Amino acid sequence: MTANAPDPSDSALPPPIRRTMRFLLNDRPVFLDRVAPDDTLLDFLRIEKRLTGTKEGCAEGDCGACTVLLGTLDAQGRLHYRSANACIVLMGMIDGAHIVTVEHLSPRGGPLHPIQQAMVDHHGSQCGFCTPGFVMSLYGLLMRQPTPDRLAVERALQGNLCRCTGYAPIVRAALSVAALSGTDDPVLAERPTVTKRLAEWRDGSRLEVSGHEAASGNAEPGGATILPSDVPYEGDVSESEGASDNRILRPASVADLARLFEDNPAGRIVAGATDVGLWVTKFMRDVGPLIPIGHLDELRGVEESDGALRIGANVSYTDALDALAERIPAFAPLLWRIGGNQIRNMGTIGGNIANGSPIGDMPPPLIALGAMLHLRKGDARRDLPLEDFFIEYGKQDRWDGEFVEALSVPLPSPDAKIAFHKISKRRDEDITACLGAFHLMLTDDGTVDTIRIAYGGMAGVPKRASAVEKALIGRPWTEDAVESALAAFEEDFTPLSDMRASADYRMLVARNLLRRFFADTQDDPIQTEAAQ
Amino acid sequence: MNEVLARGADRKHDDDALPEKDGADAQSHENAPAHQSKRHDSAHLHVAGRAPYTDDLPEPPGTLHAYLGLSTIANGRIESIDLEAVRAQPDVEAVITADDLGHNDASAWQIGDEPFLTSGKVGFLGQPVFMVVATSRNAARRACRHAKIAYAEDTPILDVDQAREAGGRTVIDGMTLERGDADAALANAPRTLSGTMLIGGQDHFYLEGQIAFAVPGEDGTMIVYSSTQHPSETQMLVAHALHRPAAMVTLEVRRMGGAFGGKESQANLFAALAAFAADRLGAPVKIRPDRDDDMVATGKRHDFRADYEIGFDDEGGIHGVKFTYAARCGFSADLSGPVTDRALFHCDNTYYWPAVKAVSQPLFTNTVSNTAFRGFGGPQGMVGAERVIEEVAFATGLDPLEVRRRNFYGEGERNLTPYHQTVEDFVLPRIVDELLESSDYEARRQAIRQTNRDANGFKRRGIALTPVKFGISFTASHLNQAGALVHIYTDGSIHLNHGGTEMGQGLNTKVAQVVAAVFGVPLEQVRITATSTGKVPNTSATAASSGADLNGMAAKLAAETIRQRLVDFAVAEHGVPAEQVVFRDGQVQIGNREVGFAELVEEAYTARISLSSTGYYRTPKIHWDRASGRGHPFYYFAYGAAVSEVEIDTLTGEYTVERVDILHETGNSLNPAIDIGQIEGGFAQGMGWLTTEELVWDEKGRLLTHAPSTYKIPLASDMPRQFNVALAEWSRAHEPTVFRSKAVGEPPFMLAISVLHALSDAVASVADYTICPRLDAPATPEHILMTIERLRADSKTAN
Ligand SMILES: Cc1cc2nc3c(=O)[nH]c(=O)nc-3n(C[C@@H](O)[C@@H](O)[C@H](O)COP(=O)(O)OP(=O)(O)OC[C@H]3O[C@@H](n4cnc5c(N)ncnc54)[C@H](O)[C@@H]3O)c2cc1C
Ligand code: FES
Ligand code: FES
Repeated sequence: MTANAPDPSDSALPPPIRRTMRFLLNDRPVFLDRVAPDDTLLDFLRIEKRLTGTKEGCAEGDCGACTVLLGTLDAQGRLHYRSANACIVLMGMIDGAHIVTVEHLSPRGGPLHPIQQAMVDHHGSQCGFCTPGFVMSLYGLLMRQPTPDRLAVERALQGNLCRCTGYAPIVRAALSVAALSGTDDPVLAERPTVTKRLAEWRDGSRLEVSGHEAASGNAEPGGATILPSDVPYEGDVSESEGASDNRILRPASVADLARLFEDNPAGRIVAGATDVGLWVTKFMRDVGPLIPIGHLDELRGVEESDGALRIGANVSYTDALDALAERIPAFAPLLWRIGGNQIRNMGTIGGNIANGSPIGDMPPPLIALGAMLHLRKGDARRDLPLEDFFIEYGKQDRWDGEFVEALSVPLPSPDAKIAFHKISKRRDEDITACLGAFHLMLTDDGTVDTIRIAYGGMAGVPKRASAVEKALIGRPWTEDAVESALAAFEEDFTPLSDMRASADYRMLVARNLLRRFFADTQDDPIQTEAAQ
Repeated sequence: MNEVLARGADRKHDDDALPEKDGADAQSHENAPAHQSKRHDSAHLHVAGRAPYTDDLPEPPGTLHAYLGLSTIANGRIESIDLEAVRAQPDVEAVITADDLGHNDASAWQIGDEPFLTSGKVGFLGQPVFMVVATSRNAARRACRHAKIAYAEDTPILDVDQAREAGGRTVIDGMTLERGDADAALANAPRTLSGTMLIGGQDHFYLEGQIAFAVPGEDGTMIVYSSTQHPSETQMLVAHALHRPAAMVTLEVRRMGGAFGGKESQANLFAALAAFAADRLGAPVKIRPDRDDDMVATGKRHDFRADYEIGFDDEGGIHGVKFTYAARCGFSADLSGPVTDRALFHCDNTYYWPAVKAVSQPLFTNTVSNTAFRGFGGPQGMVGAERVIEEVAFATGLDPLEVRRRNFYGEGERNLTPYHQTVEDFVLPRIVDELLESSDYEARRQAIRQTNRDANGFKRRGIALTPVKFGISFTASHLNQAGALVHIYTDGSIHLNHGGTEMGQGLNTKVAQVVAAVFGVPLEQVRITATSTGKVPNTSATAASSGADLNGMAAKLAAETIRQRLVDFAVAEHGVPAEQVVFRDGQVQIGNREVGFAELVEEAYTARISLSSTGYYRTPKIHWDRASGRGHPFYYFAYGAAVSEVEIDTLTGEYTVERVDILHETGNSLNPAIDIGQIEGGFAQGMGWLTTEELVWDEKGRLLTHAPSTYKIPLASDMPRQFNVALAEWSRAHEPTVFRSKAVGEPPFMLAISVLHALSDAVASVADYTICPRLDAPATPEHILMTIERLRADSKTAN
């Protein structure tokens, strides 16, 4: 199924409504009649089920202590597991899924799972608090890649913090585990039954459940706890006034979503919850009525037509590593530096755009490539250039009840020179301080025919460096031209200082990234920092 | 090159004993299972998610949850507190303020400068003001947001410079170390220079945050499960808060999810408040701040400004040094006195300063009260010493390594520290020689200089070797004591308890190895139990790297007491001389007869021999007089050295750590795998401190980096591409420590200073090594790039 295939359930009839949520937890089905929009999977596991092997280290998706596996069927009915941060997975998102926690890997008192045994043998735990999360991340890795190399292990662990070991024994343990087999791996052994059960639950119904009486309604701002000022960018704060609406409305299809969202424009769409989850855990914001869409495979396709790639809103970073980076290789090194593996598995490109953050990593490259955004409200669709979507800090061109369906990226010419450079304090799993995206076409005689440059972290929105572009277009692509264009950065940007970087550093490094791009174009093909 | 190598650590099997070396300890061949790479005693539980931490303990019905409301200004007074709306929130059971508390003093020395909850003066932004207790943590946390607090706000004093401008008020008296006449040495030295170094602080980022769970018992007693490194002190503070004798309070700690010093004094407030609420409400109460509040409201590693003056000669000989170490201590003393003292104790590192004067300034600021953190000021002191070396190297044009060696402590001479203790065990030269060889330092350094000169791209490499000498013992001498309790049951199984706490460092495993060695039984026969103030009283914090030294010795003495009784019994029963009673491999050799250990124990029980004993140890030799700055504060020193190689990007300031070689000594290691783990982990943590871990406050005193989204500790992918870690297997403690082992918790942290110096070396290349980069810490990419820009500008004006 692809993003622009006709919607199978595009009928006037709303789907049947189901009022009990259901999912598999380890080896048991769970049925819940009451679920609130802001209930998190981690609290459910630890408090309701007392499955305390899954830990809370940060409640913001950054430490990996809460890592679980999330098993879901794809459009073809195949079962896939991916690691996720239970702390920011909202309960409304896991209907029809299989949740695997660390307790499931080995029976109480019985033999350890091979990954667990390797961690013991290599002294991979010290205080042990991070350890279940590492075990689960490695488990997720070995399911995808039976014999990973060191780079693959490091990437799989980008979302797991350990303060004790220095990681060396954990990496040694990971590299020592043999490929998993059904005899010592419960999840492999259960595959057929799990697949069958999840398939049975795919009955085309819409889920509607709600929580208990709202615990507190809207908190008054300015209270005594500290409102974090590092704002993992709070997004558009169009909160409903008054009593909170604690319903979860989980659409049966994209058509159903269109209908539901048009009828409930105050609803909060949630795809991967890698932004929305933090509004709940850090800001205690109301997110009801919650409209989970992550399960809609119709929004998950990547497809090529008319010289453009059409990318469904639900395409995750992990999906994009396959589908997008294959066609436009410059994406690969950037995607590997977005979040950790758990975030890449859950976070979507649609969410990154809709969230409207000036430091989201997808908009600058997509703007540099000239992407178009496809929006839909009810049955009405409109398209607009991605760069026009971002109006100002915290404000996007999206109507009430309108959602992102997909975006289209024109496939660049094979001669185009493209690079995306991200600068952050820590190389991996860090938020951008400055990101430069470059897309250059030269004429045969080496003059700049077109150049599109977009930056993140330099203004209130992801923004084109129009003055710099203008200073370069029509000039020969030489060091002199680049050096003289650097002055134009002043016209384009007046960045801010914050805890990630000073304004001076942002400005200096933004210029240097253009220098880097120039230098890279001098040897062909462009080498980005992919060369690890 | 993507290998991880760790010589000595790749022991897959528990029974891999280290080959025994020359018998520095006459008994050492009999010490199995000590000196073996046993796995952590909880490893199999950790990996399965079945090791319970405080938050995982079953909650009795009726358990309540507390949450703290924090101040939103950094300096000023509270004018009014209106908590009506908080009380009115659903599920709220109680709201507690300073007025409710009787004894409202959380200060580590009970000097009254740090209340549990403040009602008047506000000392920093994030200071606890009130506590909400509700039926769920979520409800308590949400309710906090409804408080209305009015403040009269003053301008906060936020850093060392502001504190000095405001008059330099200190939280506790500073210290001076002085030996020789530094002023005269500077005046007479052929050359002098002076400078300043800024050294950043560090958040502990223990993965398990602060937590306490208080369960009221009968008749006013209280059990508190707390993530604390210092159960006895926590117990005393709980008792104070409750106005009860300490005997009515029991503190229990099975394990912590990391601590690193951050739970030495910082856990007290949470435990005391939970207990207070539990007592008041007659129900179990748990308190657990979220990560943001934990980072905002609890203390961190002190950041320092070190000012130095150096007198030296063209050969790199240092004649005299003067230091001022000024620390941002925060709004109360906490442990700032001993922390800043320890900075001075390490202003020499491995170098003999012929004349030296070092002064500390523990400055008051309107920031969270800084506290213990692995190394306890020592790392900051040592970074200052290494800067001095670097300055002299650039001033003279010598290789920094050459300057280091020229100024190393001597053997039998040039061996008096600034605090007048003689360095008697200086094994560092051997470590450095061996490391130079194994790391191929010289050749690599040559090659790097060459490629940097030839390079026309944007990458530059740098390399550095830095040494570590770290003093072992609490500098407050009375803390160097420990107790342990050993029982043997009639089936031969052994119950072990001691005053140390397990925070991941493998202390319990090591102490159990020692006890198993005494009885000659397999390690599995020794059961380690949760630390409890009810079993071993009046303990010191598990800190200062002393855990195994102190508690291992106390447990050894307890076990030896019982063993002696068993020997006496066997001698009396079987008429053999005592030397012919030998405990080995779970058996006891009694003359020609061999009996199982359990059998002998059973017989002894029947003969009415006591099978339980306490053990008590105090470190000999040490003494310290702070006022005169003289004494013998350290029982011994631990040594190591590291060579780091880095690559920087001169366009962006980004870097990678390419290769690190470490040679470190832990004496006759009690457990090589655990020691290697401490070295690898300590190095990583030190590297984070000096590179990406940056604490940023705004002008209001609000900490902006209070979560892992903004505060960046190292990841697996930040670790050196090639990481060679080895123990100096020849090493033996020169003092009679437990089986001649040496402490390992803190010293390896400082091996990471080599990364800072390698970065500095790479940066220096942009000015052709003519200017000392004076790279401050943490060396974030931004900081590296800005330093490169400064060097480029300076070298232009110089030309
Ligand atoms: C630890 C961590 C690390 C991160 N690292 C990075 C990073 O390196 N680079 C980076 O760019 N980002 C990073 N992020 C943020 C990134 O994961 C998100 O921006 C992500 O892309 C959002 O996708 P989502 O599906 O999770 O969105 P959600 O959280 O589900 O939603 C985000 C917003 O988009 C809206 N929304 C989602 N889908 C649609 C739709 N189809 N139509 C309309 N509105 C929609 C939601 O209503 C909400 O307002 C990180 C986040 C975390 C927690
Ligand atoms: S608790 Fe840290 S990622 Fe979930
Ligand atoms: S073992 Fe302690 S955080 Fe990893």
